[in-house]
Amino acid sequence: MLAAVGLASTEDLFADIPDAMRAARFEIPPPLTEQEVRAELSRLAGRNHIPRVSFLGAGAYRHLVPAVVMEVIGRSEFSTAYTPYQPEVSQGTLQSIYEFQSLICELTGMEVASASHYDGATATAEAALMACRLTRRDRVAVSTAVSPQIRAVLATYCSGPGIEIVEVPADLAEGGSGLTAVDAAERILDDGVACFIAQQPNFFGGIEPMQALGDAAHAVGAQLVAVVEPTSLAMLQPPGEYGADIVAAEGQPLGIPLSFGGPYVGLMAARMASVRQMPGRLVGATRDVQGRKGYVLTLQAREQHIRREKAASNICTNQALLALAATAYLTAVGPQGLREVAELSATQARHVAASLEEAGLGERRFSAPYFAEVAISLPDAERRHQALAEKGIVAGYPLGGDYPGLAGTLLLAATELTTDDDVATLIDALQEAR
Amino acid sequence: MSVAESPTTDASGRGAAFHSPEGGEQLTIVQPLIFSASAPGRRAVRFPGPSDRARKAAAAQPDLPTAALRSADPRLPEVSELDLLRHFNRLSHLNHSIDLGFYPLGSCTMKYNPKVNEWAARLPGLAESHPLDPEVLSQGSLELEWLLAELLKEISGFAALSLQPAAGAHGELTGMLMARAYHRSRGEGEQRTKVLVPDSAHGTNPATASMVGYQSVTIPSNERGGIDLEALRSELGPHTAALMITNPSTLGIFEDQIDQVVAAVREAGAIAYMDGANLNAILGRFRPGDAGFDVMHFNLHKTFSTPHGGGGPGAGPVGVSQRLAQFLPGPLPVLVEGDPSHVLRSARAGRSTPGARFALERPGDRPESIGRVRTFTGNFGMFVRAYTYIRSNGDAGLRAVSDDAVLAANYLRVRLADAYDLPYDRICKHEVVFSGRRQKRDHGVSTLDIAKAILDHGMHPPTIYFPLIVEEALMIEPTETESLETLDRFVDVMLEIAELAKTDPDELRQAPRTTPVGRLDEATAARRPDLKHDFDTVPSGASAHQEVGA
Repeated sequence: MLAAVGLASTEDLFADIPDAMRAARFEIPPPLTEQEVRAELSRLAGRNHIPRVSFLGAGAYRHLVPAVVMEVIGRSEFSTAYTPYQPEVSQGTLQSIYEFQSLICELTGMEVASASHYDGATATAEAALMACRLTRRDRVAVSTAVSPQIRAVLATYCSGPGIEIVEVPADLAEGGSGLTAVDAAERILDDGVACFIAQQPNFFGGIEPMQALGDAAHAVGAQLVAVVEPTSLAMLQPPGEYGADIVAAEGQPLGIPLSFGGPYVGLMAARMASVRQMPGRLVGATRDVQGRKGYVLTLQAREQHIRREKAASNICTNQALLALAATAYLTAVGPQGLREVAELSATQARHVAASLEEAGLGERRFSAPYFAEVAISLPDAERRHQALAEKGIVAGYPLGGDYPGLAGTLLLAATELTTDDDVATLIDALQEAR
Repeated sequence: MSVAESPTTDASGRGAAFHSPEGGEQLTIVQPLIFSASAPGRRAVRFPGPSDRARKAAAAQPDLPTAALRSADPRLPEVSELDLLRHFNRLSHLNHSIDLGFYPLGSCTMKYNPKVNEWAARLPGLAESHPLDPEVLSQGSLELEWLLAELLKEISGFAALSLQPAAGAHGELTGMLMARAYHRSRGEGEQRTKVLVPDSAHGTNPATASMVGYQSVTIPSNERGGIDLEALRSELGPHTAALMITNPSTLGIFEDQIDQVVAAVREAGAIAYMDGANLNAILGRFRPGDAGFDVMHFNLHKTFSTPHGGGGPGAGPVGVSQRLAQFLPGPLPVLVEGDPSHVLRSARAGRSTPGARFALERPGDRPESIGRVRTFTGNFGMFVRAYTYIRSNGDAGLRAVSDDAVLAANYLRVRLADAYDLPYDRICKHEVVFSGRRQKRDHGVSTLDIAKAILDHGMHPPTIYFPLIVEEALMIEPTETESLETLDRFVDVMLEIAELAKTDPDELRQAPRTTPVGRLDEATAARRPDLKHDFDTVPSGASAHQEVGA
């Protein structure tokens, strides 16, 4: 091949790199055979200890990942394809995204859903920037009962164009509701605010008065950005019904492995009137030259590869394969299965809260009804949390790090995988760790 | 073992993508939407009901308020597992993919994705690891992230690195936010507002600049395909925040004045950003950190073989020079107990280091950090694959990756140089950019026609109409994993198409003919957007409007 190129040595291919600029070093370990590299990865996997019992959620949830979902996303015709820029040979990916958009609209009660974002937090941040473009305002309000990690990403994104963030407090006092204060929202929101971001269920699992929060936003011409948890939508009112203008969500609960935090998939849905300000890819149905139905990337005039500096976002590669996982998951469980997941998760969360209260180990920190996650205050919470971790039991998420006022409170999550034995094990272990 | 030695696609070129399940070519294969297969009560997965004990205990807790409940079930499909699998398998047959055929999509590095990477990512110890698990339980995940960061630093010559960004464009955003944080820390935040971007740049570069409130200024290329140094120097000044440069450029050309470019940027007090999309060309040859760059994003889904997934997931770690390290997004995984060189030596030998302990940074550890750009620590599953890939290849393998990728592109450059115009006729790196202007001018055959004709040969076309500065551009990136036979087959196809352009241009304008659908009407798709299934006109059979309780 070198001869065909007319060169004597491989070195000649790199003659254009200035001498002074050549790599000074490259100390990478030597190659490994497959059995050697497997041993190394097994070593690292073995250094993790997957807890035998876990009530940890706080933004990522241990749900059943049906085998058939992994089978679908394992098809290399999906996984080793690129972004579907040549639609004639990408109908598999394109149609599955169209189905994904349809399912997310159906779940959220919204009119249009994008093809995916990096995760729930970046989807939320992009929703805030979208609201700023739509309203031509440059202030964003967010409830303190929105996930701290989502708020952190929001702050980073808003720091870019210099968008100010105002916090709307939640009632986190001892015996408080744990919900966003509607009167505070009404007081703080004004006609400079582009959107109000609230989470349903909120970070503490509490059921927010979304209608009232949305009314407060709409009263000043601001958009309601609803951050939701997708399995909860089998039971809870779809955001389209309570007036959400933009919906953002972390799609991980829809059949995506925990995988230490990613890859997950951000969901975003909105009103059709806003579609031209929506970030991210969109797939639309159309016809080919012979009149056959087919799918294409569409409304690309919003996107970076066409609009460059005027694009709605710089997003390019996103999380398509995980959107396919969510599509396969929603198809696998169907309406009945999703309802069972939600109901069983909610029941087991109540089971663990009731059991802790009954055993005199702790009390619910907040009074409001909750979905599948509940904040429990108990004496010596952080020490006991650590002691249980050493035994392979994760007693939820200690809230004191993000909310100093909530030191001594653990956020416990349940899913359909939470068993009665898990609850009993937690109670026993907490009693032992007194 | 070099990746270049691994067997990949067959040489026949024609993939099996467009054959119906019964075999034989089908021109009209259409898979209906999943909703049309729905029948009430059918399902693939069942869940157990709650026990009496759980139900009784739960009854004492507050009910969900009725007003917050959904009144009608979402109309999700109701299908059996077999129906589901057939649906998605049939859809998969409508895709072209690396595993089916040649995919020389310029700028995208569509190399073979080794299967051992997938095996690793699915190890339960990694796949079931919760990102907020107490650190005592997640030492393996943290060590893997720490090791990968160390390897990427060694590959790139940067002083520090964050794995958090989820894709290349996300890494760019991270880089520009750090550039601004740096200028602000020096009291120049207000003054430096311009980002210089060569005219050959990816669209993400100027779009990123806008996202951080910067104004982008286009710098022209010179006649050799490099950046016009004089134009760059005249734009650089006290208002310049950064230069974003792709090297090798999107023309596949290494910037041979890179030393002067970086020196000029640094002298102007600006940040030198390198878009690492084309890192596959320079492994072991050029380390941007050594060369004076301040920041670069990696595309693990390009250079380090993690599958593209039909448009993600990717991963876009950013490496930075010492002066930007304090601004990196976090939390970063850190080695809190143990000697770093000892840990690296042990991992090299496949051993754990007794007493080594990893943790994530605590809030406030680096008060000048730009903050989080994503939840948790990033697309971890991609880190597992990239780490597996780097360790499999090792030093020799990674050097061979670039040597072979560059050789393959130059081979295509020489073989196709007579048939297609080559605007920048010089040694290229991992990709070569041709122009179809001759075919357009002489025969009325556009680059789009050429691309569609390639589809009929069971291959994916190159990237087309990019970079923007090349008329009728055809941007070809063969990668190192293709055999000589596959490259020759592609050359034959391209030569045949160039000949057809002369003899039967209409034939090319009709292409593609063998794909599941023909050319699609994109204008109507955009004018009358149909972005979701209309449940109301097609009965789905789902149990809509069912009464539900708490």
